[in-house]
Amino acid sequence: MAALHFHFDIDGEDFSSAGDASVVMKKKLRQLGFPSDAIRRCSIAMYEGEINMVIHANGGTADVDVYPDKIVIVLEDHGPGIPNVELAMQEGYSTSTEQIRNMGFGAGMGLPNMKRYTESLEIETKVGVGTKLTMVVGV
Amino acid sequence: MTVEMLAKQLSLEPVCEAEPEREVTGGYVGDLLSWVMGRAQSGDAWITIMSNTNVVAVATLTDTALIILAEDVHPDPGVAELAEKKGINLYRSPESAFTLSAKVAALL
Repeated sequence: MAALHFHFDIDGEDFSSAGDASVVMKKKLRQLGFPSDAIRRCSIAMYEGEINMVIHANGGTADVDVYPDKIVIVLEDHGPGIPNVELAMQEGYSTSTEQIRNMGFGAGMGLPNMKRYTESLEIETKVGVGTKLTMVVGV
Repeated sequence: MTVEMLAKQLSLEPVCEAEPEREVTGGYVGDLLSWVMGRAQSGDAWITIMSNTNVVAVATLTDTALIILAEDVHPDPGVAELAEKKGINLYRSPESAFTLSAKVAALL
């Protein structure tokens, strides 16, 4: 069965709208009748990715392919890249500013949450070029 | 217990009563949004001192029944309007997160 495709542009300027794409995607998945557990995992993973792109990369794009048995989320930005992926994957490690932390972000849980709530997380990143994350959420 | 009943019992001040008849099934306390995202459950009363617009997105995604802003925190400008738009129950209280948690736990 062919995938349903959804594309979102993530605005890097506007913190107040961060998470909007994840909210829209959640609604779509609910309309499509996906189990609530899969919707929850997809929402968490995509939200963390969206927030990361706003915090670190001045926005980017999210492309979601929905299959009957899986949801594939591809997040791509042209931000600074991740110099040390292993370090970034550690819970509690964050390069966020004090201002970001004051907003409730920057707990160093973004990438670990993405890994925890998905079947697979693939990170392609190059310093100074950008980052591409591919996540698969099983249904 | 519904959101409306809980709000009455705790003397919460409504900021946005979008869905007062919603059932409350549990509670969660936290201010780190990633932590809340990964752990709060659908139907929870989420108690926090975080007052920016992002709490509305987190409440939407985690499907919590209501947000309670503790410690007399006021929502930032635009938060009430956004909660209204997204259909999120948002209340505030002068009491501490600890006191509110104890009261929610005793009521459920």
